[in-house]
Amino acid sequence: MTAKILVVDDDPAVAEMTGIVLRGEGFEPVFCDHGDRAMEIFRAEQPDVILLDLMLPGKSGIDICREIRAESGVPIIMLTAKSDTVDVVIGLESGADDYIPKPFKPRELIARVRARLRRNDSGATGVVRIGDLEIDVTGHRVTRAGDVVQLTPLEFDVLVTLARAPGQVFTREVLLEDVWGYRHAADTRLVNVHIQRLRAKIERDPENPEIVLTVRGVGYKAGGHTS
Amino acid sequence: MKFSARAVGMMLLAPVQNLWRRWTRSMLLRVITSTLVVGLAAVAVLGGYVTTQIRDGLVEKRVERILVESARDVDSTQQTFESSPAETPGELQQLVNDQLQALSKLGGESRGLVLLRAPANDSDVFLTLSGSDPALLSIITPDLRAAIATDESQFWQFAAEPDDGGPAVVVGAPLTLISPGDYELYFVYSLSDEEDTLDLIQRVLAFGATVLVVLVVFMTWTVTLQAVRPIRAAARVAARLADGHLSERMRVKGNDEMATLATTFNDMATSLQRQITRMEDLSRLQRRFVSDVSHELRTPLTTVRMASDVLYDARTDFAPSVARSAELLSTQLDRFEELLADLLEISRIDAGAAQLDFKDHELGDVVRDQVETLAPAASDQGVQLRLWMQDGPHIASMDAPRVGRIVRNLLSNAIEHAQEGPVDIAVSSTARTVAVVVRDYGVGLSASQAQRVFDRFWRGDPARARTMGGTGLGLSIAREDALLHDGVLEVSGRPGEGASFRLMLPCGSRGLGLREPLPLDMNENHFPEVGMRVSLASEAEL
Repeated sequence: MTAKILVVDDDPAVAEMTGIVLRGEGFEPVFCDHGDRAMEIFRAEQPDVILLDLMLPGKSGIDICREIRAESGVPIIMLTAKSDTVDVVIGLESGADDYIPKPFKPRELIARVRARLRRNDSGATGVVRIGDLEIDVTGHRVTRAGDVVQLTPLEFDVLVTLARAPGQVFTREVLLEDVWGYRHAADTRLVNVHIQRLRAKIERDPENPEIVLTVRGVGYKAGGHTS
Repeated sequence: MKFSARAVGMMLLAPVQNLWRRWTRSMLLRVITSTLVVGLAAVAVLGGYVTTQIRDGLVEKRVERILVESARDVDSTQQTFESSPAETPGELQQLVNDQLQALSKLGGESRGLVLLRAPANDSDVFLTLSGSDPALLSIITPDLRAAIATDESQFWQFAAEPDDGGPAVVVGAPLTLISPGDYELYFVYSLSDEEDTLDLIQRVLAFGATVLVVLVVFMTWTVTLQAVRPIRAAARVAARLADGHLSERMRVKGNDEMATLATTFNDMATSLQRQITRMEDLSRLQRRFVSDVSHELRTPLTTVRMASDVLYDARTDFAPSVARSAELLSTQLDRFEELLADLLEISRIDAGAAQLDFKDHELGDVVRDQVETLAPAASDQGVQLRLWMQDGPHIASMDAPRVGRIVRNLLSNAIEHAQEGPVDIAVSSTARTVAVVVRDYGVGLSASQAQRVFDRFWRGDPARARTMGGTGLGLSIAREDALLHDGVLEVSGRPGEGASFRLMLPCGSRGLGLREPLPLDMNENHFPEVGMRVSLASEAEL
């Protein structure tokens, strides 16, 4: 199966070159060079991963990110020319799963894309319960008392990783490796932002989390009784 | 529980230091205290002088009068006796009694009388000396009696009254009573009236002095406060300005010097505000520029980077010259990216736009990570890295990536200049400061070179090739990073003997301590004294 990858970048050279690299690795790239057309192309093509530049003519990358998140959990990787703190955090908060600062090496790009395409299905299948949540690992579904809780694949991966070993503390670095696929130290803000987003969806009171607990100075663990 | 001598000393010193601090900080306190001291001293000296003068004057006059009066009374008594026809002891006794009564009537209550038989009197007529007050006998001293006996004239001295100890004057004179022989007549004059007068004067004076001192202190207080208040207001406003409230101004009242101060101060504040606003605008523009340049440069660089890597990965398919070109393109692109990153970093620092993420980190770990990372590259150049670490945590609040970058830059620089000799690295700390020293024993540098070593793009020897890569900005950025931490990065070295770089960072917000954890100029045999040598993972493999 060839994964379809939507490249949203207004610079034709970058887009073309990215296309060459992706094609070389057996992916099928589709392109969009204007912010205002991004949503329409996204709906038409239904890509498996989106590479999204933040500085676009028309609608900004941040807005596109939010709109896509409103209707889909498709993996989004930001391409940022600025590595300034604020932009990265805003991008992550608006729903991006990961980011690659420009300029990047082709290998890096491919590694990030593959990490997003890989499903966290290495472990056991079946149903995991944590707190009042029921996680159907095989079917990629999370329900609370029969109601489906909508999670992006990444958030689902984070939750399953934590829920499989309740009580075990995961450092941010371990999560970066297990979920994001980083081999070396990476930006721990990725973890922080996504834990916040996950909590907003699964916790009854995100201010006082009961399922994803923070272990100060170490990392996170799944709390609550499991069966 | 045991206190160290230092702790006890501190406890004893603390109140003194506290007082000293208040003393040195409050002009008002100092002025009032000195006014009080000077005022009190002046009043005491003046009061003492005035009282002494008045007392001496009073007593002198009184003594004069007393002597005249007593001499007159003695004379008249003597004459009465000489002209008296009394001969029998009874008549004589009667005469003496009458005279004493007359004398005591004459003198009033402030004069006591004593009639004593002279020691040398050998007459056989004895008189009963009932008229004299026996209580007064005690104040007639043998000295006085001896003086009268020898001089045969009037004599006087000060004494204390027997009943209340008040001051008195005793005047004695010889009296010849014809047949009963020589007698001595003493008058005891009480000076209590004078004492009362003196007391009154002293009371009035003391009251006056107190009022004067209070008045002077109050006036000083008022005057000083008038001078100090605007100064305090200025200090307060200056502090607010320093805190960034740039629109803070002093109130201008009236036309006096203080108003001038306020006006000048406000002018200064306005000028400062204008300058700062301009600098902020510039800084904002610069930041914007850096951000734009960064974006504009990175976009084409992204394409170039990817294209270069694609070519590089496929280089085995090319002719040798094309393959080599692809390699060169790739490696030089790495260098270009590094240079771009360094340039952007330094302009970000220049624009004051550097963002630091302070957390408590162990400097030892940061240094060890960098040493481990660079050890392979170092051993490729025949350089051995030796890490020495003092016991105990060396924890400081720092932005770990930046401090790591400082250490990395120092290490690369040392390895490049080590000339295949060793490089020693020491980590140590005091209560307030953590420090790391990186010392090589290679090329070294002269004093004038040491001054320039942190300059941008500066090279000690332009003919030398860069072996460790580097952009020429590493040490400049390292120094800027150190400054961003409120720390210092210094260098010392001699040509041919290598160079020693020392980074010191404050542990917390209190700044660098006075004690230095490590000396700047360290020799090879200093390092083992610092602490244990840390074995590196890369060495274990060898």
